[in-house]
Amino acid sequence: MLLENIIVFVLAAFVGREVISKVPATMHTPLMSGSNAISGITMVGALVLAGMVGGMWAKWIGFAALIFATINVVGGFMVTDRMLEMFKKKDKV
Amino acid sequence: MSLTDLIDIAYLIAAILFITGLKKLQSPGTARDGNRLAAVGMFVAVAATLFQGELLTPAEMIAGIVIGSGIGAILAKRVQMTGMPELVAAFNGFGGIASFGVAGAEIAKIMTLAGAATGEPAFDVTSAVTIAVSLLIGMITFTGSFVAFGKLSGKISGNPISFPGMRLFTVLMFSGAIFGAGYMVWGAGGFPAAADPVVQGAILVGITAFILGILLVIPIGGADMPVVVALLNSYSGLAAAATGFVLNNTALIVSGALVGASGLILTNIMCVAMNRSLLNVLLGGFGGDSDDSEAGPVQSFEGKSVQSTSPDDTAILLSYAQKVIIVPGYGMAVAQAQHAVRELADELDKRGIEVKFAVHPVAGRMPGHMNVLLAEANVSYDKLFEMDEINGEFESCDVALVIGANDVVNPAARHDKTSPIYGMPILNVDQAATSIVLKRSMRPGYAGIQNELFFNGNNRMLFGDAKESITAIVAEIKLL
Repeated sequence: MLLENIIVFVLAAFVGREVISKVPATMHTPLMSGSNAISGITMVGALVLAGMVGGMWAKWIGFAALIFATINVVGGFMVTDRMLEMFKKKDKV
Repeated sequence: MSLTDLIDIAYLIAAILFITGLKKLQSPGTARDGNRLAAVGMFVAVAATLFQGELLTPAEMIAGIVIGSGIGAILAKRVQMTGMPELVAAFNGFGGIASFGVAGAEIAKIMTLAGAATGEPAFDVTSAVTIAVSLLIGMITFTGSFVAFGKLSGKISGNPISFPGMRLFTVLMFSGAIFGAGYMVWGAGGFPAAADPVVQGAILVGITAFILGILLVIPIGGADMPVVVALLNSYSGLAAAATGFVLNNTALIVSGALVGASGLILTNIMCVAMNRSLLNVLLGGFGGDSDDSEAGPVQSFEGKSVQSTSPDDTAILLSYAQKVIIVPGYGMAVAQAQHAVRELADELDKRGIEVKFAVHPVAGRMPGHMNVLLAEANVSYDKLFEMDEINGEFESCDVALVIGANDVVNPAARHDKTSPIYGMPILNVDQAATSIVLKRSMRPGYAGIQNELFFNGNNRMLFGDAKESITAIVAEIKLL
């Protein structure tokens, strides 16, 4: 399992490098806030733990983690969208 | 096909949507769709997880999502564009603490499940290592990001902060974290029957990581912030990936690796743009806030003196130009001058004067900072040019207007080997027929050195608040 995980990690990192190194400087801030929202994927892990039956500690720590991760995801995608809305090509006045 | 398989397929779809979404960021025209695709990917991953069979009490899950979404939405809607660097830092921090929490909850879960004798697989060395790494990176990301937040929002001084023995203390804290992780691994065999070593080790890792995150960011000065923000972005991805290793969750590993790679690429671009190594930035202590609020003492340099100009003269000069290049810097953000700058560009454009913007990679406090501000002010993105694209054009331009930028236009970087910024790629403003620098005073910039450009024969200084100066220039041009 560990080896499989490492393989997935390394391949994904290479894909990331290929895709992201072509992003122009104009898009660097949206890239950061958008990719930051993606890193909020931790919320998937938090969900599993928050929904647990029995373990009080696991459940409530997971619940707190879920709130933080969701702030990261929802806030991150929304603020990126707001930013990108402004990036327009204007016609000559 | 089992439910688990379906969930795995959903995670695969999410990963594909993330990659496609990031790819669409390569062009400003498709970027908005790209971000939305990534958001859909996240929705798919979350929805699939909600369907997972073992989840019996969804009330907590729904409540968590609702609360988090509400807070996130409020923060995202309220922020001013000038507050973007600190918001990005804060979101990074939330991601970090979430990863820390998930790893911590995983320890608690294993203890509970073993107590209930459910036959969960035993806690092994791999689990101990991955949980320790996840706790460490998650907590460093959290405290580091919030120190960065404090510095960017002005709640903490932007100057580098250090104290005697700080490096030794950092090494000590790092050793403590390694020891804590080692203690967790050592206790892994007896866990969870004898839970103490793992729990105590985890607490030690958490505390030392908390302090390490602070120590890593406080010695770094304001203008090096783009590097730190990008690096913390990378950490938040690595923290998510580490959590994926803990939970054996492919979606987390793939997404975390993508974000980790993205942050590292940005970090590298920022370092190259300053001609400094990452280590050099992280060791810190370089310069302070380029706070030029009070009049500086130096009015001459190597026998040459500064020539100042007025908004009226600048307006005349600009209106007779054929080609103008505007160089924005952090000073434009501080003065909130971006809207006035756009008005100026529009006025010149109406008169048939070619206007371009030259953006240095490290201008501002985060990667792409100037681009966001100018986009907010409705400047078309095809007028913004990167350093390499535009540097050849300064020779043929009549006026280069520098608004609140300093070190990135200092010609000393090209030839003065004794200068701390020697070798840093700069914008060739000195090659323009005339350069005009808008600045509050003669105070040196971030690197703490005088700027040769200011003493050039074809340079004029326009002292004062950037917004007021530009508004005055625009008013004058309209009268001409």
